[in-house]
Amino acid sequence: MSKATLATIWLDGCSGCHMSLLDMDERLIELSPQFELVYSPLVDAKVLPRNVDVALVEGSVSSDEDEHKIRLIRSRARILVSLGDCAVTGNVPAMRNSFPVDALLHRVYIENATLQQQVPTERLPVLLKRVRPVHEVVTVDVFVPGCPPSADTIYSVLKELLAGRVPDIAALSRFGI
Amino acid sequence: MNPAPSVKTLMIDGKDVSARADQSILDAARENAIPIPTLCHLDGLSEAGACRLCLVELKGTPRLQPACVTLVEEGMEVTTQSPRLEKYRRMVVELLFAERNHVCSVCVSNNMCELQDMAKQLGVTHVRFPYRYPRLPVDTTHERFTMDHNRCILCTRCVRVCTEIEGAHTWGVFGRGVDAHLITDLDIPWGTSDTCTSCGKCVQVCPTGALFEKSKVGMQSQKNPDFLNYLNEMREIER
Ligand code: SF4
Ligand code: SF4
Ligand code: SF4
Ligand code: FES
Repeated sequence: MSKATLATIWLDGCSGCHMSLLDMDERLIELSPQFELVYSPLVDAKVLPRNVDVALVEGSVSSDEDEHKIRLIRSRARILVSLGDCAVTGNVPAMRNSFPVDALLHRVYIENATLQQQVPTERLPVLLKRVRPVHEVVTVDVFVPGCPPSADTIYSVLKELLAGRVPDIAALSRFGI
Repeated sequence: MNPAPSVKTLMIDGKDVSARADQSILDAARENAIPIPTLCHLDGLSEAGACRLCLVELKGTPRLQPACVTLVEEGMEVTTQSPRLEKYRRMVVELLFAERNHVCSVCVSNNMCELQDMAKQLGVTHVRFPYRYPRLPVDTTHERFTMDHNRCILCTRCVRVCTEIEGAHTWGVFGRGVDAHLITDLDIPWGTSDTCTSCGKCVQVCPTGALFEKSKVGMQSQKNPDFLNYLNEMREIER
């Protein structure tokens, strides 16, 4: 059997979901014969390959760059997994949604800054008006809530997906914690 | 003495049960160990019919009825679990999440919240409706308690406990529809209320992180609404 190709993507999140993935410890080794990690913040690959079997997405869609990435990934992934509350609900990044972007940038870079009071504009992704959960932008196949989902949860989800089954998420995880 | 209330016989999920005429379908179901999900209902308080999680099917009518405020009737045939009911219950929970700002990971009630538990119980893994992200206040003016409107689901348990058990009538609901929100007295900061006795009952019955004790976060913020049954029992004895 050929190995499944796995990609993991980090949008607007704290990287806690990726930490939780690494927390699988020796179970990563157990599963590793079944997949090849072709693209991830955890490996060196710079280009997303054309055909990805499973893409794990951490983080919400907060900037034009996030939006571009998630659309690209959707077009290349067979199964797209919304991993963690930021991807699934918007979570903490979406707490800014009750305020206009201008007011937010002003608060952070002018009012609360002591040095170099200016809003950065060059070579940075532009913030979207609203932070959005991944499924508001592209179709999502599997939702894994949790902040972060536990290593046990991620292990079960990966194991099921690699075996060609659909994991019973409600039994494994929930919003928060 | 009151005449003994008459007894009704009905069927719930194919099981023959009997109940007093003044009992709700929810009461009758629970007495027979038939679970129906609820959020606004709380043993010891009057019913509000506010959350619609307890919706059930009744034979002979296409309309779903809330079990907590529908009295039993002779010959009723009640269904408490079906794909249709599951669909609507999940929608109710999703709409509660979409209506205000629920950020479980940073909420005082994380891991001890009835809404969060309900989402898990009903298999809600994501919300299909667009979140509204309203800008809502947090009232921190009370010396010991906080009211965070971002987490309120308008179940009115606090209103009922304050009125029916404490007799203070501090809480009320102001506005309609999506603008409805809780107020203290005539819409003044909680800390300046003359009626509030600071008994803390509203905090204990609140199912979410909307009402909490300032000094308590995390595992300390566990609520204990069980005092209600005790108080009511003691009152029965007095009568
Ligand atoms: S009140 Fe409950 S559902 Fe809402 S954010 Fe807090 S823990 Fe989550
Ligand atoms: S603390 Fe007691 S009196 Fe004050 S609002 Fe809550 S229930 Fe009412
Ligand atoms: S504050 Fe709590 S108890 Fe009161 S209506 Fe809101 S959720 Fe219910
Ligand atoms: S429990 Fe019946 S409507 Fe809330």
